[in-house]
Amino acid sequence: MSHRLYLYPKWIRAWHVFNALLFIILIITGISMQYTDKETTSKFIIRFDRAVAAHNFTALLLTLNYIIFVAGNVLTKNGSHYRINWKTIWKDLLIQFKFYAYGMFKKEPHPFPVTETSKFNPLQRFVYVLAMFVGLPLLIISGLGLLFPEITIKGIFGVSGLILTDILHITVGFFLSVFMVIHIYTCTLGSKPLTLFKSMINGYHESDEH
Amino acid sequence: MSFKFFKIIILTILVNLLFTSISFGFKLKKENWRPADTVNFVSKFYKENENCLKCHGQNIYEYRNEGQGINIRHIMSNEKIINRDAFYKSNHKTFKCTDCHSDEYLKFPHAGELRLDPIYGCLDCHGNDPKYEQFNFEEIEGEYQKSIHFQMEKDGFTCWKCHNPHYYKISIRNTENLKNTIAYDNSICLGCHSDYSKFQLLSDKEEINIIDKHDWLPNQNVHFKNVRCIECHTKTNDSILVAHQIMPKDSAVRHCNECHSQNSMLMASLYKFKSKEQRQDGFFNGVMLNESYVIGANRNEYLNTFSIIIFFFVVGIVGVHILFRFLNKVKPKKK
Repeated sequence: MSHRLYLYPKWIRAWHVFNALLFIILIITGISMQYTDKETTSKFIIRFDRAVAAHNFTALLLTLNYIIFVAGNVLTKNGSHYRINWKTIWKDLLIQFKFYAYGMFKKEPHPFPVTETSKFNPLQRFVYVLAMFVGLPLLIISGLGLLFPEITIKGIFGVSGLILTDILHITVGFFLSVFMVIHIYTCTLGSKPLTLFKSMINGYHESDEH
Repeated sequence: MSFKFFKIIILTILVNLLFTSISFGFKLKKENWRPADTVNFVSKFYKENENCLKCHGQNIYEYRNEGQGINIRHIMSNEKIINRDAFYKSNHKTFKCTDCHSDEYLKFPHAGELRLDPIYGCLDCHGNDPKYEQFNFEEIEGEYQKSIHFQMEKDGFTCWKCHNPHYYKISIRNTENLKNTIAYDNSICLGCHSDYSKFQLLSDKEEINIIDKHDWLPNQNVHFKNVRCIECHTKTNDSILVAHQIMPKDSAVRHCNECHSQNSMLMASLYKFKSKEQRQDGFFNGVMLNESYVIGANRNEYLNTFSIIIFFFVVGIVGVHILFRFLNKVKPKKK
């Protein structure tokens, strides 16, 4: 018997869909800039100058969207879902990892079922905190450093500050892109492959478990 | 006897006056310049050059009108003033003034017709000379003659319009500070292109605002500080060290990826002389990293490979997971 929990209020769903769209645009334009070449008839995916303009504009929107996300989590109870229990985190991570690795294939129950007070399992919570409160701020700060190179530190031990900033930017960007691939895949692990995607549209989490 | 001795003295003084550019009853003043302590190079002709620079080395020159018995001061025209320190740091620092200018200039006042004397061009000294073979001045001349500068103003334009013979110094080949060299080289272009009065000497066009014209360029200020105008405005030529064929504005580089790419054209222009010092830590066009960072041109092959491995590893894991789900038709048990 399935049950429904209203876990995703409108502002979260709106933020989430914007975040996803903006991030996809940033990945495409970012790769386009990084791998552009003279031989590819002046563009890789998108023409370099257009990719730069689109990347810059989208990044500013993403930054504004991120401010909304942080404000929303500070001002509403949603922030409580991102609080990690550091005493049990490593044990909980292992349990959840084992479930994804082989428990679910043995038809074991979810070790951390979704509830109104805990909509993320420990692995989700850990990775989301890492992505949203470590990765994304680093991505935004390093991106601002590249957008306004005059404010970027000139160099550290003889190495250009710009390249260090850029390596940080593309490395964090890459890992967040990988996160997105995994995130989209894990969203197919609901009671049905599309159940969790529907949740982010109608706000209700549906589960076969109580 | 004493009268004869007196005549010899007088004659010697007169001859001396004649050959040290003091003639017609005028006596030039100001002879107190010495090489600055900061200038390492001291020309062996600096004393001879002072005969010219004691007037042409400052804003005011003074001479004595012996006929009237008075000293007269005049303002030296700006374009006739030679900055000694800049001259003695230039490529032509070892020259004496009369190597290029007529000996007749040693007389003062200078004869008016001297202005009509032809001025040496680069090839007059540098052309067809095995000593300068590596610089291929003949090819430079050919490229220059194809350039928009020469094409638009064949009579007025000369090498000297860009390469001031008194101050010009080549620095790109052995620069220790590329940013300074870029600023110096760009100042050559801006000498006319940001000074309309100089620009008008060669063109009837309306004033061009360089900043507005390059409004399309992202991070304009960063570009202006990190690349030379000629990077985008010349056609590269492998047979000469620095491209001299200035292209019409419509042919200027406007595609970002000409520079922002793995085979960046900057390696054939700005970094041409440094490309042998390529860094070995996996960066494409790594030599650029000593001076700046160019998106698209400075990606790292190790990071590229590493990121591709990680990406396909993750996709592989997901693929295996999907396969197992398909094989097991997973559905979690109820508690």
